[in-house]
This record gives sequence, structure tokens and C-alpha cells, in this order.
Amino acid sequence: MSTVETVQERTNLPLATEDLDPKRIDYLDGLVAQASTAAALFTQFTQEDVDRIVKAMVLSGLEQSAYLASLAVEETKLGVMEDKVIKNMVASEFVYNFVKDKKTVGVIREIPERNLLEIAEPIGVLFSLTPVTNPTSTVLFKCIVAIKTRNAVIFSPHPKAWRCCAEAVRIMYEAALKHGAPAGIFSCLESPTLPDNAYLMHHKSIGLIDATGGPGVVKAAYSSGKPALGVGAGNTPVYFEKTADINSAVVDITVSKTFDNGTICASEQTVVIDDEIYDRVLKKFSDLGAHICDEKETALLERTVIDPGTGFMQPMAVGQKAIDIARFVGLKVKKGTKLLIAPIGGVGREHPLSVEKLFPVLAVYRAKSADEALRVCLDVNHAGGIGHTAVIFSRNDAVIRKFGEVINAGRIIVNSPGAIGALGAVYNDLVPTFSFGCGTGGGNSTTDNVNIYHYLNIKRLARRTQNHMWFRVPNQIYFNLNAVENLRQFPSATTVIITSPLLEQIGHVEIVRRYLPPETHVHVQVIPDAEPEVKVILQGVETLNFYKADQIIALGGGSVIDAAKIMKLKYESPAADLEELAAPFLDLRKRVIEYPTEKTNRARLVAIPTTSGTGSEVTPFAVLTDKASGRKVTLADYSLTPDVAIVDPQFVMTMPKALTADTGIDCLTHGLEAAVSNYASPYTDSNAMQAIRLAFKYLPIAYEHPNDEEARSMMHNAACIAAMAFANASVGVNHALAHALGARFGIAHGRANALLLPHVIAYNAAVPTKFMPSPFSQGYVSHTKYAMIADLLGLGGTSVPEKVTRLVEAINQLLDQLRFPRSIAELGISKEDFQQSIPGLAQVAFADPSWRSNPRMPLMEELVELLWKAYEGRGPAQTANVPQDDIVQEVVTR
Amino acid sequence: MTTATAHTDEMGGRQVLADATEKLASADGDVVLDFSTVPRLDSELLRRLEDLVSMADQKAAAIKIRNVNIDVYKVLKLTKLTRRLSFVN
Repeated sequence: MSTVETVQERTNLPLATEDLDPKRIDYLDGLVAQASTAAALFTQFTQEDVDRIVKAMVLSGLEQSAYLASLAVEETKLGVMEDKVIKNMVASEFVYNFVKDKKTVGVIREIPERNLLEIAEPIGVLFSLTPVTNPTSTVLFKCIVAIKTRNAVIFSPHPKAWRCCAEAVRIMYEAALKHGAPAGIFSCLESPTLPDNAYLMHHKSIGLIDATGGPGVVKAAYSSGKPALGVGAGNTPVYFEKTADINSAVVDITVSKTFDNGTICASEQTVVIDDEIYDRVLKKFSDLGAHICDEKETALLERTVIDPGTGFMQPMAVGQKAIDIARFVGLKVKKGTKLLIAPIGGVGREHPLSVEKLFPVLAVYRAKSADEALRVCLDVNHAGGIGHTAVIFSRNDAVIRKFGEVINAGRIIVNSPGAIGALGAVYNDLVPTFSFGCGTGGGNSTTDNVNIYHYLNIKRLARRTQNHMWFRVPNQIYFNLNAVENLRQFPSATTVIITSPLLEQIGHVEIVRRYLPPETHVHVQVIPDAEPEVKVILQGVETLNFYKADQIIALGGGSVIDAAKIMKLKYESPAADLEELAAPFLDLRKRVIEYPTEKTNRARLVAIPTTSGTGSEVTPFAVLTDKASGRKVTLADYSLTPDVAIVDPQFVMTMPKALTADTGIDCLTHGLEAAVSNYASPYTDSNAMQAIRLAFKYLPIAYEHPNDEEARSMMHNAACIAAMAFANASVGVNHALAHALGARFGIAHGRANALLLPHVIAYNAAVPTKFMPSPFSQGYVSHTKYAMIADLLGLGGTSVPEKVTRLVEAINQLLDQLRFPRSIAELGISKEDFQQSIPGLAQVAFADPSWRSNPRMPLMEELVELLWKAYEGRGPAQTANVPQDDIVQEVVTR
Repeated sequence: MTTATAHTDEMGGRQVLADATEKLASADGDVVLDFSTVPRLDSELLRRLEDLVSMADQKAAAIKIRNVNIDVYKVLKLTKLTRRLSFVN
């Protein structure tokens, strides 16, 4: 250790000093320091360096596999030497085969379609506990995985397997060192004790504990507060289903349960056999060298190999041969008996053999039905085996899948030996391992076969993505005087014209009728000229159904067109739930609700606006009022966008002055809000800017000279063009507040927008109190965009703040020219009434989705401030705090 | 105070650290090591550097490293040696 620390500081373990003498602590600290240095140096190694070392270690492990197997059997007195050789070879060769081509240094995976890179970061120093049952193979496995991932390991073997493990560590270490690994990369505790383990588990320089062993070891690892991989006991249920290949299955189970005398914790423990094949299965086991116990023998086994106090297996039986266990228990069995099979009547403490038995004793259960079989398997699974391993033998895929769904096991092995199957890469394509993650059910953090990826911190380098944007408008837009004549080209058997009483009265409907193909049957549905109610929609849908309409013409202002959009939706998709479709969302592309795509009927929607403001003829929005609940819901989906828009100024020539002003300012607000929206794009900017220019130029003329065809035509175009911008870039805080004011005080929408517009521009142009997170926008550019609009309008000014001020002044002048009330107070709303309404207004505005695309995130107090400014009218210093940035041309074309 | 400058490279790093150790032992003053040609540290070089730092601590001198590459700097960071060294441009 390079700095002076107390034991408590190093470990956060208050009891360590009581159980360890200072010399031992120095020894342990020395191992950690050496491993830490090695791990630090190891970070400089390349993939090629690492792969060279791994290969050398693997070859060394293979060369020494028999030697290490003998050593393990000699020391532990467990298992079968020949099988341990295979285990050592699997731990070397099969693991190598899996890791050899894997990237574990630097960039390990590139995901270009997601703009992501995965980069490996070693953990550093691992503290690894290894078991007595699979000692050397586990060490070989962990050494190879650690080197592949550039980590150092301090091993603490089970005391009864210390010598063989220490030898395995030495062999791996020498091979690694010889091929360039840093000194100190592996070490093995001498005479490890529980206090040693506790000390190291809490040592601050240990990055990860990898504990393979009994429940105590795993619990200690997870209790240390360190990141840990704790892999412990299992209790493997096996379902021997009636369609199974009996011969193959019995051989597989025998291979597995006798492999290394059953020491692999994934080996079969209780085999649940369908009644129909039970006798044949037992006979086959018997034919292949198993001894089938009778009731008395089973009882004898239960008393001997299971500890009656704890209910767990007796350690003396672990890893012993069947014949030796039989002799010890006092069973008379044939020479060469491989396996002892004990029929049991259930699972639990009253059936002692239903627990994990790491020796060749297998419990069997006769199941009367598939349901019972699954139930018993689940009982075994939950009697100490949750998350570990399960096995099924069956040729019925439905049963296999059901078993997989029901049983909670990280590895569900099908038609192959459990123990070797779980190790992976031999009988299946599981990742080869000597460490089985058991998931949360087993107190583990993973259900995986532990492998190289558990020994790495995987960093994800996420590049900013250029989200796909869109520009979606109706397929066909016809504009200029008499554009309505284009209706002739749309064949229709039955057309329903949705319109308002006034438009029918003044002859607009007749104009439309005139241009429909002569063979078209026409029905006119007159609806109130107000935000559509559910009742009105349903009546309209009834009409559409009655006439089997194939074309809907919406002739009217925004409300009529909105109504027609919703009628079309319900007509084409009767099951559409309007309440559900109005669910809130943040990003149109990721929202929860999907609009229906399956259609019962199909009709073309042609929108002919008779006002120059809402632009509903090209937008994907529709507002609906539910009088019963008093709620107003906004529907938004591009499927709502009309198929055809006809922007014919002849329908707006008679608009009253006030309506001209209100709708004209709505159009201007659409342009201004779309221009600074976080969703603005070069496509929407071009529309927004042009609409603003047209509105500034032609709105005063249309207002003062209602019969000026050019002005009317240009304002009609401006409204449609602005709507194309906000249909794709959305609006902002101005609309959110205007909606709230309109709903509370009945202020016309355009008028409400006008009351707020200068204040909102000043607000958006200033440095935000809170920036709006948006992947679409790069930097804060609202002020410069306003300045560019000022330039477009020829307002003069030499700096951005000055240009913004000129824009606000120009808007003030325009509003004066259009004789708008310039404060809410002017509308006759008392200060007291307004004061009382403020909290509700702010809440409604904040709940309005319109501001989500605003460039500045509105805080509640800022909404309140804006409302007060609108109440009081124009005030001084409206454009304070505007940054002095240069106008950057790119903001328009970003 | 005098300043001894030592240059290290992959092959000669050990010798240079030995020279720096000698200079530090024989004179007062800070030692500046130029790591511009040190692409990687190994166990021995790291140990010698630690020894040099310990010696400097005893003499209240500073070890300064210039032109350290980021991979080597990360090793020094992980071994907590950065706390005991200073880095100059």
C-alpha cells in the first residue's frame, strides 16, 4: 500500500483486526498491492498481447490436465480422475474455443446503426473463491477468462483443495508470465482462512468477488457490499416425459450423474417420470448398471447420506462412487453398480432425498399426469435449485416449452446430460463455463454461464444521433383563385360535404357542388361552427355509413375541418377509441398509442378552408370537445392529415375584419413558433419564414381592404404554408398559454395569441433559465432566428438584440394596426379575477403539449410572469437579456 | 535548487531511471523525466519509478514527468502514483 491507512479504511470491516494478526494483514495487503500493480500494467496490453498469453496458458493447461486431475483426486478424495481430466480439458480447450476470437480489449463491438461503440474496461483485481468439487478446472477456467479480460486474480481455494488449486494457479501464472503477462497477475492465498476471505472481500482494492462454492461462500460474497458473482448450490429437477427416447435419456442421465461422481452442481437430482414409462425407464437404468432401491433401502439411504439435522447432503458422500456409498450404507448391490436410484413419494424435508446430492444417488418420482410431473419438478426447483439448472427429456415441443416457462433455471437442458450440458459447448451452444449464474432466485446477479463479459466493465460510447425528421403534408395541395375546380378530377360515387350553417347559407356549398363530377351523389352534413363535440362526430359518422361515402369534403374553418378528420377516423376505423388516442406523448415516434391502420371503410378527405389561419387543411391535428366531461382533447397523427387541400381564396373574400385579424395573427404565430421550435428543420424553416413574410406584408392589406384579391390569396397561402411548418415543427409556449386563456376566458384563439406574442418572443430570445433538452437542436439559436426574421422583414438593426427588439416592435405595430386589444385587462377581465385564475391557467398551459417543442423550457413561475405581462400589456425592456451572438447563417439550414 | 532532466525510452528506460536515481541521490533539486519515448511501463520500470518517488519524498524533492502518454498516465493513475508525481508540459 502506498499510503498509510487503517485496516478499517482499507476494508470497511470492523472485525478484521480481531481475527487477523498484523503480519497476516501485511501479507494480504501485499498480495492486493501486487495484483493492483499488475492489473494497472495490464491495461496497456493490446488484444494481440492478451491473445498470445491466453493461448500459451491454454496449451499449458491441456498439457497438465491429467497431472492436475490426479492431484485433485489425491487431495480431495472426490470424484473420478478420468472425468477430472475431461473437466480440465473442457476448461482449457472449450473455453479457449469460445474466447479466442472475441474482442476484449479496446473497442469490442461497433453498432453503427445505433451510433454506439462498446469499449472494454478491465475490472482490476478479482478475489476468486474456488470449490472443492471442481477445483483445478475452475482455476483453469478463471485464469483464462481473467487474462483474456486483462484482470488480476487472487485465489482463495477451498482448504481441502488448496494444494491442487495452488498448483493450477502456478501453472497458469508461469505460462502467462513467460509470455509477457505482468508479474503478480495471479496469486493464491497460502492456508486460506475465513477471516482472510472476509478481509479480502471487503478490501477496497478488490474490484469484484467471484465466488464459486457453497451457499455460505456465496452469501458472504454478496454481503460484502462488493460487486460479486456468487454461484452456489443447485437442485436439478428432471422431467422424463412419456415421449422421450428412453434409451438415449437413461444413458444421458447415467453419464451425467456419474460424471466425476456427481460433483457438478448442475447434475440431475430428482427425475420425475411419467407413469406410462416409469417401469420401462427404471428397467433401463437397471440394465445399464443402476441399482433400484426398495423402500427399506431408500430409507437407509435417506438416514445415511442426508444429514437429518440440516436436511442437506452429508459431506462424506460427496464425490464418492455409488458402490462405495452402497457399501457404507449397507446396501447389497451388484459389482460395478454405477448409480443408486431411490424412488421418493414427494419433495421436502419429509422426503430427504429430494435435495441436492453431489454423488451418484438419484431420486425418482412416479408422476400420474403431466401436470403432476411439472408440479413436482417445480417443487424440486424450489427446494434449493431456483435459478440453477433443470433438465427435460421429451419429444413434445409444447411440453418442453411449458417446462421452460414454468421452471426457474438459468440453464434448461433438453434431451442431454444436465451436468455436461450446463457446462456449455459440449452438448449445446451454451457459453462454456465452470460458474453457473443462478439469477436472483439463487441470490446471484446473473442467470448466465459466467464468462469473459462478466469480467469486464463494458463502456458504451454513444454518439449523438441525427434523429430522422420528416416533412409530411397532404399529397396534393391546390391553391389560388378557383382552385376548387380541381375537385373534378376526384371520382366519387358518394361524397358527404361537412360544413357549417353559414357557409351553406352564403352559397359556398353550391360552389363546391358545381365542381364535383356529375355522377357523384352528394349529401351535405351541416354541423355547428364550433369545436366539434363527440355527439356531432358520431352523427357525422352515421351519415358517412348511411351513404357509404367514398369522399368527404370538409368546407369550413378549423373546427369543421377538425370534425371531418375525426369523422373520417371513426368511419374508417370504428373501433378507434378517441379518448385513448388522445393520450399524452413526448415524441410522436415513440408514443404508446398507435393509430389504427386496419380500415373497415375508406374515404378521401378533401379540406377546403374558409378562413386563413388554422391551416387545419394540411395539419395532422384535430381538437375535440367532450361536453359530458368538459374536456378538450387534441388528436395528433399524420393519418389525420387530409388527402387533398384546396386553398382557394374565393372562400375567404367575405371574412369579417375581426376574423381576418384573428386568423391572420394565428397564422403569424404558427410561423414564428415553428421557426424557433426545437423540431424546426430546413424544410419547416423555409415555410415558416415565407409565411411570416407574407403575413407581415398582406395581413394589414387584407384587413384594411377585404376585397383585395391578391392580399386575400396571399394570406390564404400564408396560413397554409405556416401550417405546413407547424404540422412538422409544432408550435410553442405561445400556443400553450393561448389555449389556456381561450378555455378560461373564452378569448378567440387568434386574439389570445396576439396578447402573448410580443412577450413570448422576448422570452424565447433571452438566455433561458432552463434549456430544453432536444436532440434536434444544436445550441440555442432562437434569438438569432428572430434576428434573421427581422432581416427578412427588412427591419434594420445592427446587432442580434437590436434586431429582436425591432421584430417585437414590428409585431406591436402590426397588432395596433389590426386594432387588437393590447392587454387582457382591456378585455374587461378584472385583476382580481385574473389573479384567482393564474394558478389554474399556468397548470393548464403546462399540461398543454404545445410547449414541448418550445426552444426554452417554461418554468411555472415564468408562465405566470408571461400571463401577467399579457394581462398588463406591453411593458418596458421586453427584449432584455438577449445574447449578443452573431447571426449564423447555418441556423436556418442546420 | 538544480533540476536534473532524464530522458527515457523503451529500451533505455531502466538506465535513465537509474541515472535519475543517482542524480537525485547526489544533488538537491527536482527531477524531470521526459517520457516522450515511453510507450509502455513494465513491472520493473514501475518499481524503479516508485523507488525514485520514495527517495524524492525523503529528500523533499519532486519528481516531474513531461510528455507522458495517456496509457502510461492511466497506469500511474491506477497505481495512485499520480498523487506523488507532478506533470509538466
